Amino acid sequence: MNYKNLIKVALKALSNNKFRGFLTMLGIIIGVGSVIAMLAIGQGSKRSIREQISEMGSNMIMIHPGTGRFGGVRQSASSMQTLKIEDYKTIINETSYISACSPSVSSSGQAIYGANNTPTTIYGINQDYMDIRKYTVSEGEMFTDQDVIRAAKVCVVGQTIVDNLFPNGEDPLGKTIRFGKIPFKIIGVLTSKGYNSMGMDQDDLILAPYTTVQKRILAITYLQGIFASAITEELSDKAIDELTAILRQNHNIRPGDEDDFNIRSQEELSSMMSSTSDLMTVLLACIAGISLLVGGIGIMNIMYVSVTERTREIGLRMSIGAKGRHILWQFLIEAVIISVMGGIIGVLLGVGAAAAIKYIAGWPVFVQPYSVILSFAVCTVTGIFFGWYPAKKASNLDPIEAIRYE
Amino acid sequence: MENYIIRVENLRRDFVVGDETVHALRGVSFSIREGEFVTIMGTSGSGKSTLLNLLGCLDTPTSGEYYLDGFSVQKMSRNERATLRNRKIGFVFQSYNLLPKTTALENVELPLFYNSEVSARERHRRAEQALIEVGLADRIHHRSNQMSGGQQQRVAIARALVNNPVMILADEATGNLDTRTSFEILTLFQKLYNEGRTIVFVTHNPEIAQFSSRNIVLRDGKITEDTPNTNVKSAKEVLDSLPVDNGL
Repeated sequence: MNYKNLIKVALKALSNNKFRGFLTMLGIIIGVGSVIAMLAIGQGSKRSIREQISEMGSNMIMIHPGTGRFGGVRQSASSMQTLKIEDYKTIINETSYISACSPSVSSSGQAIYGANNTPTTIYGINQDYMDIRKYTVSEGEMFTDQDVIRAAKVCVVGQTIVDNLFPNGEDPLGKTIRFGKIPFKIIGVLTSKGYNSMGMDQDDLILAPYTTVQKRILAITYLQGIFASAITEELSDKAIDELTAILRQNHNIRPGDEDDFNIRSQEELSSMMSSTSDLMTVLLACIAGISLLVGGIGIMNIMYVSVTERTREIGLRMSIGAKGRHILWQFLIEAVIISVMGGIIGVLLGVGAAAAIKYIAGWPVFVQPYSVILSFAVCTVTGIFFGWYPAKKASNLDPIEAIRYE
Repeated sequence: MENYIIRVENLRRDFVVGDETVHALRGVSFSIREGEFVTIMGTSGSGKSTLLNLLGCLDTPTSGEYYLDGFSVQKMSRNERATLRNRKIGFVFQSYNLLPKTTALENVELPLFYNSEVSARERHRRAEQALIEVGLADRIHHRSNQMSGGQQQRVAIARALVNNPVMILADEATGNLDTRTSFEILTLFQKLYNEGRTIVFVTHNPEIAQFSSRNIVLRDGKITEDTPNTNVKSAKEVLDSLPVDNGL
């Protein structure tokens, strides 16, 4: 008996009991469908978090002064003055994995223009910052190296600042606003980026040369941070190692002593953020997986009933020459057909449900090809696994007893 | 050397039930030649079912030899016996044992499914041929549940013929049928006998013996009678003499 015949026989048996077959399949359909839909939801939310983080900057690496000790007293990070302009200069001279690098100092305060004012933050940076944080100038232009060297009182403002300080739709370019007591001439307006994933307005800022902010606002010589951008995402780790080495050397830190700075990458942040959604995905997939298991048990149950019900048929088949393995395969193939057909319908249903969720609820949903393949494989294995015992039972029946079974 | 289909020598079969051993067959010997129509009779408990299972290669004897068409069944494995049944024996059961919701043709094809040497086309052709032979040419595509008992038993006989067996083994083949249909089926068996087929008919009904060429009677696991029937009664004549069923 070849496999074509076995499949025919199994299909015949299923078509004799269509409704029961469908009900059995339903367990698998719901299991597979929910696995795919749940993974799609989990994956979608993870992707959207990653997207939002990557909007913050490109392969961004942030260096901040770390906690250090002076005479045994641990200092708070913000009061540390260990990052210097020399560190920045060494980095841009010696590094090979960094495509952009900017010093960073910032100050919060009130921006004022005429009768309008708004609380905001002024960031002291250089032109590279635009690339690192993915900002672009929509009107006017960015300040130049000359402005940085001269500590010029120029600035580029975000859209929120424009909205708050120029509510009547005046052209902000060329106007002079004040930040605290210091006047800044607006030479450019940033393209709006909107809110980030943490609900922060990314347009509520003023960018000015770092020298200007250091000297004229904060009156400091150290840096509050250095921002850098790795050439590619894969090189981030190497870049971090390199930066660590450069800074340790610059700061004369002996091997074994702890760093007096902190380096964090965007990837770290992103994986930190997505770990929550990973957990959710695993939980959802587990629940869906359990329903797949229950579906499998349903198959096993029905196959047992089917074997008992068809004991005489099995006895007859055996007495006219079917071997044990013929019977085994017949029932196994039947179980696999149920589970594979259920799997196919389940995949379609899961993908459809994912699309419906995306369309109706507007959730970020992404169906991964691997989840389709995985759940399909799982349900086939489920069919074989749960079909095996009933099929084995059928193949071990004694034809003499089976044929006279009432 | 005569052409024996069945050769049975001192066949014994014991069953262990709990602590007791039941001797179902206590040394049975006989031979059946090609072309014989043998009825094996006995009351319940006589061991005829056990003998049927042994002759049908469904069971193996505790001791003794059984040769089917020259093959020793005694030492065959389960799978070898399955193949032997498939090629050498055609079973006809009391309760027909057709597959439900399946056409006559598909039912008859079934034994050939388990014979990989037969192609699908050949299987189809032979099944049709067998159905024509049992007089069901117009019922080929009817489902088993759309047929009367007599028709179902004819399908079962066609199924037994389709693999061209050396022996048809019938187990109370008329037990579930009314008198008229019983004679119809017996007529069919006699027709097959006249065509030269070997038939072994196991029954508890003494009437049937008149229509066979030889009668073996079993009692308490032993053969008590083994007589050839020189005056075979024609089932066709009995059938014709029966009052015609007018459907009321």
